[in-house]
Amino acid sequence: MGEAARLLEVVATGPMASVQDLGRPGRGDLGVGRSGAADRGSLRLANRLLANPEGAAALEVTLGGLAVRAHGDLLIALSGAPCRATVVDASGRARDIGHHAVERLPDGATLRLGVPRCGLRTYVAVRGGLDVPVVLGSRATDFMAGLGPELPRPGTLLPVGPPPGRFPGVDLAPVAEPRDDVPLLAVLPGPRDDWFTSGALRALCAEPYEVTADSNRVGIRLRGPVLERVRDGELPPEGMVPGALQVPPSGQPTLFLADHPVTGGYPVIAVVRTRDVDRAAQVRPGQRVRFRLSPH
Amino acid sequence: MNPRFRRCGDQAVLVELGGAAEVLALYDTLAADPPRGVTDLLPAARTLLVRFEPPAHWGAVESAVLNARPAAGPRVAAGEVTVPVVYDGDDLADVAVLTGLSEREVVEAHTGMPWTVAFSGFAPGFAYLVGGNPRLRVPRRTESRVRVPAGAVALAAGFSAVYPRESPGGWRLIGRTDLPVWDVAADPPALLRPGARVRFVEVRRG
Repeated sequence: MGEAARLLEVVATGPMASVQDLGRPGRGDLGVGRSGAADRGSLRLANRLLANPEGAAALEVTLGGLAVRAHGDLLIALSGAPCRATVVDASGRARDIGHHAVERLPDGATLRLGVPRCGLRTYVAVRGGLDVPVVLGSRATDFMAGLGPELPRPGTLLPVGPPPGRFPGVDLAPVAEPRDDVPLLAVLPGPRDDWFTSGALRALCAEPYEVTADSNRVGIRLRGPVLERVRDGELPPEGMVPGALQVPPSGQPTLFLADHPVTGGYPVIAVVRTRDVDRAAQVRPGQRVRFRLSPH
Repeated sequence: MNPRFRRCGDQAVLVELGGAAEVLALYDTLAADPPRGVTDLLPAARTLLVRFEPPAHWGAVESAVLNARPAAGPRVAAGEVTVPVVYDGDDLADVAVLTGLSEREVVEAHTGMPWTVAFSGFAPGFAYLVGGNPRLRVPRRTESRVRVPAGAVALAAGFSAVYPRESPGGWRLIGRTDLPVWDVAADPPALLRPGARVRFVEVRRG
């Protein structure tokens, strides 16, 4: 039998879906941000289940609603925000599939994702990875910079790469659902905590902040206690990182995510620890988060 | 060089320095031989952001910075770039008023002295040029433009820049160039890289 092209056909995208991998490190000096999966741990996990390289490209699905049809027999794994996932095969038989598990998506079958029970971003990885063109070393779509593949639309055909030489070693990875309604995120003070009053860090960690609807892959706009500055004016531009809590003159912080600007001109009072940036990327608008100072 | 270290989360340190020249010198040195685990070196106006991944940690990265010895002689890797410009920008007359120069003198000032790429930001390939003629220091426009065309040559806050792609922008436009400064298919994709010396030359409108 000849090797027919293996593809994932997008039938519906839900509110937003994009192709993501682990992004473009090492080009910040050219004004190119890292981008990549907002919840990097979840992308890695789905790829490991399929014996893909950890950074293989997959779909990042925001608030469910995705439907994709297999062209050729595929193996898939879901991770991130848990949602109902149904596979309807070519003959119309439907079955629900689990998260963090290696599942078959046979030729002609359609996968549909419901709205997540909790969390925001669900990852759909395919054994072999999504083989869209590489731009500057990555297949990720960077919303801020406008780099990488265009957003998938109904009808988009996403090529699937050749399966890796290794085979999946486990069928299932036990992962606890992120059930905490108000996630507690660990922060390290700085780099510009000295631009704020001595009470500002305490205020940051005292009361919860609400995640506003004005949030996306660039960052999460938060609403809560005002963080007061002791210094006015703008900083000369300086490098930013994911997890940075940048504070504009309003005193309401923005938590930067994967597609954050490479440089910024407002002071960063504190930075969320790397492992908690993934958890921040799963917080939904309207939900609240709390911060705590992390010892080094 | 007397760097001040400001920790920036668990996987980066912001090294604060005396100014653009010190930042570029440290960037050059570290870029030539990056410490283990360092993933990104991001020069900016007065800082160099050093991002790293485990097993690298602050202590190791900070001592690598303190032990960095600048290479002798000027750097050549970033190169010299000549940018041909038609000086017919929409803000040229405003820049003349703001600087107290005639439009002709603005052009002569912009082409008369070399510039250096201090850092990138705002958009891929958008280089902040420093040096040049200090008389060209003008503030940003009070209202940003929704669309600035690719190749627009602009001034703001003591910097000059060439817009790499069409984008919104609040800088004052003095001219345009056909020289592509950004090409995703090229390696490296940016023509104007930190440390590069840049000379603007006037060409007739074509």
